[in-house]
Amino acid sequence: MTDTRPTTRTQPAARPQPTVRTCPFDPPREYRTLRDEDPIAPVAFPDGTNGWLVTRHADVRAVLSDPRFGANRRPARATALPAGTPVPPPPPGMFLMMDAPEHTRIRRLLTGQFTVRRMRQLAPAVERIVAEHLDAMASAEQPVDLVRAFALPIPSLVICELLGVPYEDRADFQRNSSTMLRLDASQEEVQQAHLAMNRHIHELVLAKRARPTDDILSGLVQEGSLTDEEMAGVGALLLLAGHETTANMIALGTMCLLGNPGQLAALRADASLWDNAVEELLRYLTIIQFGLRRVAREDLELDGHHIEAGTTVLASLTSGNRDAEQFPGDPDQLDVLRKYSPHLAFGHGVHQCIGQQLARVEMKAALSALLDRFPTLRLAVPADQVPMRDDMLIYGVHELPVTW
Amino acid sequence: MKVIIDEDKCVGAGQCVLAAEEVFDQREDDGIVVLLDAVPSEELHSSVEDAAARCPALAIEVLK
Ligand code: SF4
Repeated sequence: MTDTRPTTRTQPAARPQPTVRTCPFDPPREYRTLRDEDPIAPVAFPDGTNGWLVTRHADVRAVLSDPRFGANRRPARATALPAGTPVPPPPPGMFLMMDAPEHTRIRRLLTGQFTVRRMRQLAPAVERIVAEHLDAMASAEQPVDLVRAFALPIPSLVICELLGVPYEDRADFQRNSSTMLRLDASQEEVQQAHLAMNRHIHELVLAKRARPTDDILSGLVQEGSLTDEEMAGVGALLLLAGHETTANMIALGTMCLLGNPGQLAALRADASLWDNAVEELLRYLTIIQFGLRRVAREDLELDGHHIEAGTTVLASLTSGNRDAEQFPGDPDQLDVLRKYSPHLAFGHGVHQCIGQQLARVEMKAALSALLDRFPTLRLAVPADQVPMRDDMLIYGVHELPVTW
Repeated sequence: MKVIIDEDKCVGAGQCVLAAEEVFDQREDDGIVVLLDAVPSEELHSSVEDAAARCPALAIEVLK
């Protein structure tokens, strides 16, 4: 079954998937109209296939928690896949692209490593890493690129430490993970990058088999139910996911707070607001900018629309997180006092981000210490000259020149 | 209020612990939800409802 069968009968007027932003912090404007007028809309994806776009918070949650939808394996990048290209099976260990029971089997081996308690125990170590990088920044020549100096190294060091990947190898895997997230990378480039990352972790798995240490990869080796290929896949996925996501939330979060001085002042006046502020930044910025794709495993009805088996449904997290039904008041305004309401930044359903507690710990430690340490922190270039990551699957900034 | 959890559905995301630490915990070895208090007192009701709403796997049921 593929998602390329002609669906013109049920999809008279497919619109292109909205991708163009008019404000660096806001999702494309079109989403607002779609939520009001056409919340489940026929859409033409950049890869030439057709499907449905879901934009309301409630519908996004419904799709992502509905077992009639499977994880989609067709990449969301813009480069055209010739229509009819068969969807390949997920690579070993890529549990993000699997359904139950395979998905459950692999995910359960990892959940114990990412519990709320375990991640809180990690907080002092994260704070230490943050402080070291702030020291280094303080003595560096200004302006400093916050991404290179701070936002990327922190999650990178932490995930390497957790997994048991030598941080010295970062140049390689940071380049590979960035290729995998580039929208204009060809299918082949992405595959090459993925293979290189897998090979790297595979070698580590072999080394840890001989000499286990205290980290997640060694734990998986000792647990013994995954093949070496699966462990390599799981390790590569965690390494990739642990990198650019949190790095971009830290950098874009900083830019966003600097652009909202009232919010920043509230946080500086009351540090107890940080947990709430982290949730609000996650909601407001939702860096999985093109949403999550699912595929209908059977013919089904969704709010009166007939969706044929094999069709792709794109659940827009950015749009759902700006839905006034769920976020009363002005959802297009950052408000660190907003009462927590389930946002979609980590997805929803059985695939919801396994590293979310780690991300929370890292964001809080990094953002609060940064703004504390540099009370006069500001952008070193006009905001409209900051290079935004419109061209990446994970949104954010390519660079953030700052001074103080 | 009575709380029922479905361990088989739980995906270990920890949202319930964030929402209501007094009522939910996670098992050390596999991160699966542990119910600390099946009949939480009145003042915990809203955070328990919050936990049920946050749970991505619909593993928490609240009976009233
Ligand atoms: S929120 Fe739901 S899925 Fe997550 S740990 Fe609690 S019960 Fe399990």
